Amino acid sequence: MTDVAPDPFRNEKALRRLKKRRAADARFRLYGLSAIAFALLALSVLVASIGFQAISAATYHKLRFDIVLDPAVIAPKGNDTPAEISRNVDGFYTLIRSNLEATFPEADEDRMASRQLGELVTRLAVLPTAKWVAENPTQIGQTATIKVPLNDDLDLYLKGAVSKEFRLRLGDISAVAETAPRQVLLTGAGAFKALESLIAVQRQEVGDAVDARSTLVSSGTAMGRVTSLSTDTLEMTLLTGSASDFRTGRPMARMIALPESQRNVSDLQIAWTLALKDMGRISRVPHTSLLTHTDSTYPELAGALAAIVGSLLTMMVTAFIAIPIGIFASVYLEEFAPRNRLTEIIEVNINNLAAVPSIVFGLLGAAVFLGFFGLPRSAPLVGGLVLALLTLPTIIIASRAALKSVPPSIRAAALGVGASKMQSVFHHVLPVAGPGIFTGAILGMARALGETAPLLLIGMVAFVADVPTGPTDESTALPVLVYSWSTNAERAWEPMTAAVIVILLLFLVTMNGIVVLLRRRFERRW
Amino acid sequence: METTMTESREMSAAGIKMDETQGLTFPRIDCRNIDVFYGDKQAIFDISLPVPDRSVTALIGPSGCGKSTFLRCLNRMNDTIESCKVTGEIIMDGENINDPGMDPVLLRSRVGMVFQKPNPFPKSIYDNIAYGPRIHGLAASREDLDAMVEKSLRRAGLWDEVKDRLTSPANSLSGGQQQRLCIARAIAVRPEVILMDEPCSALDPVATARIEELIDELRKRYCIVIVTHSMQQAARVSQRTAFFHLGELVEMGETDQIFTNPRERRTEDYITGRFG
Repeated sequence: MTDVAPDPFRNEKALRRLKKRRAADARFRLYGLSAIAFALLALSVLVASIGFQAISAATYHKLRFDIVLDPAVIAPKGNDTPAEISRNVDGFYTLIRSNLEATFPEADEDRMASRQLGELVTRLAVLPTAKWVAENPTQIGQTATIKVPLNDDLDLYLKGAVSKEFRLRLGDISAVAETAPRQVLLTGAGAFKALESLIAVQRQEVGDAVDARSTLVSSGTAMGRVTSLSTDTLEMTLLTGSASDFRTGRPMARMIALPESQRNVSDLQIAWTLALKDMGRISRVPHTSLLTHTDSTYPELAGALAAIVGSLLTMMVTAFIAIPIGIFASVYLEEFAPRNRLTEIIEVNINNLAAVPSIVFGLLGAAVFLGFFGLPRSAPLVGGLVLALLTLPTIIIASRAALKSVPPSIRAAALGVGASKMQSVFHHVLPVAGPGIFTGAILGMARALGETAPLLLIGMVAFVADVPTGPTDESTALPVLVYSWSTNAERAWEPMTAAVIVILLLFLVTMNGIVVLLRRRFERRW
Repeated sequence: METTMTESREMSAAGIKMDETQGLTFPRIDCRNIDVFYGDKQAIFDISLPVPDRSVTALIGPSGCGKSTFLRCLNRMNDTIESCKVTGEIIMDGENINDPGMDPVLLRSRVGMVFQKPNPFPKSIYDNIAYGPRIHGLAASREDLDAMVEKSLRRAGLWDEVKDRLTSPANSLSGGQQQRLCIARAIAVRPEVILMDEPCSALDPVATARIEELIDELRKRYCIVIVTHSMQQAARVSQRTAFFHLGELVEMGETDQIFTNPRERRTEDYITGRFG
């Protein structure tokens, strides 16, 4: 085996070519992988950011009241009808307010404090209680335990979303003295050393806005704001509770980085809230009202129910119109239409319609359905019609693709045994194309579910306080709710908006899940 | 062109005469002066071909010679191609089936077809056979339909293999079984004629042999026209053979005669493998 013929694939040039080819393969694989990695990263960042925001809205804080449903307050006339009782928000609010005033008598001292105490619970938060009492009139005069949502800013504070906060236990206190009314002096050898150094560190990091006065010191249900501080003494103004509360245990110091003037919650409100929490009257519960309440101007009372129902009604109208029309149009175009100029023009136009910006459909809806036909504004009926027009091209294109993918041999086989054209389509082609057609239809619907712009133009952005009962009622939709909540100023709307986005995404995921199931279940192979 | 036309007319006459000698007084299907156009392009030039009953007629010829197109004229499958136009007369039972007044759907129940690739419906074996009888209302009752399915499957030689799994999907059968299922499906609507368009081209030799046996069996009851690329197959299964070339009918006659003693030079060249 000495004189082997020169192998054309073993010489140097060929090897170089081969190496280049392999490098190109590897490069291409790398590009593909990095594209997928980038897409996955972007997706996970998106989902994570929305998810983290929404999680804080998954629970909220409720405040418990054990109050006597005094008939003189909630049913002052004595013979009030249930309707009158359920509307008597003022009466119920008075009950809650007086309960709070009894708990924190210091609020009586000045108007400002009294107003701040009232802010702990929003007036309208008693509405469900009023309704409940109206339905159960025997409760009047009894002691009832009611839970109302805490003010949204305090809720955010308890969730730690208002400001950075540093907590530390103080050292042993040897003496507590009341130097003046509501002025308390704590003494303890080296008890405040740690707090001093914490403040010094924060001053360097945050700036001069931070000093000893941003510190609240609490013990049990009592709390005071620090006025002066040294290693061994601490003087503070009592916000709530009494000096004697500081005689037992080691007090807790909280340093709030954001100055009081820059936050929506005052030190006083924080003191009360923490005191209530210490009393065990505040509990963190699942935020079910997000699904059972309608829109409100107060974040802690607002829910997405009206928008969910509105979206469902809109989708129903869309489905009833777009799916049958879409399927029939595509079956006709794909199976029966003669191939001529007219068909071609129709096809081109359908394809172009799929690319028309959705807001244009909204303009059309406003002009035709509202202007010309005089249908009601803000109604799911009109929204559904507009979204049906929007999804029709998508459904037609997807259905045609599904019909096209049915092998012609099936049609030939049906015609071969003497089936008519229509029989071959309805008995054989449509069942095979069915999963594909429904995939297209549901994906089209999913697109419609997420549409905002056309709905804005036909007035579905209205503030809707009642759950719509039919397709002609005033209504809004989930994506529009996301839009309107995201334009609200208060901080608490941010996690709420994220929560609605999650609800919307859950709807979409469900729809896509149905698609996958349908495919798995009905796809036929050969 | 002139000469070919005259020749084919003569042969057509000759064909009828030969049928008479076999005791068949007239052909089952008599095609007269068939022209087929795809748009402006003519695919078949003036073909006249009588097809005798209860025998197998093979159409052979190189690819693109128009044999499949011609076959599809016989059950008007060419109607499904928009640009396709067929002229001429195709007489079956005294009727011109190429007449616009003829309902192609009705015709196709009388002229069954088996395609090149096995194409069972994506349904159960039973439903594949029962579909034809159902849409034509051939079965009076469920038992009737069951009997019809069994009979068709028996005739297609498939009954013993599938009788225990009639409800399983037809796609689970092997290629050869699928093709026999397609034949059974065609038989189920009680056709008079069965057209086969290269029925064995997608099958292995064993399956092909089974189909060929089946064709031989079926010719006792039906008039069969088969398009095939395999000259051995034509020689094995057919009684009469027609050789097509470039859209023309070059020669036709008894299969033995075509293969042993062709009259035309082109036929001989093709059969001996000099082209095609």
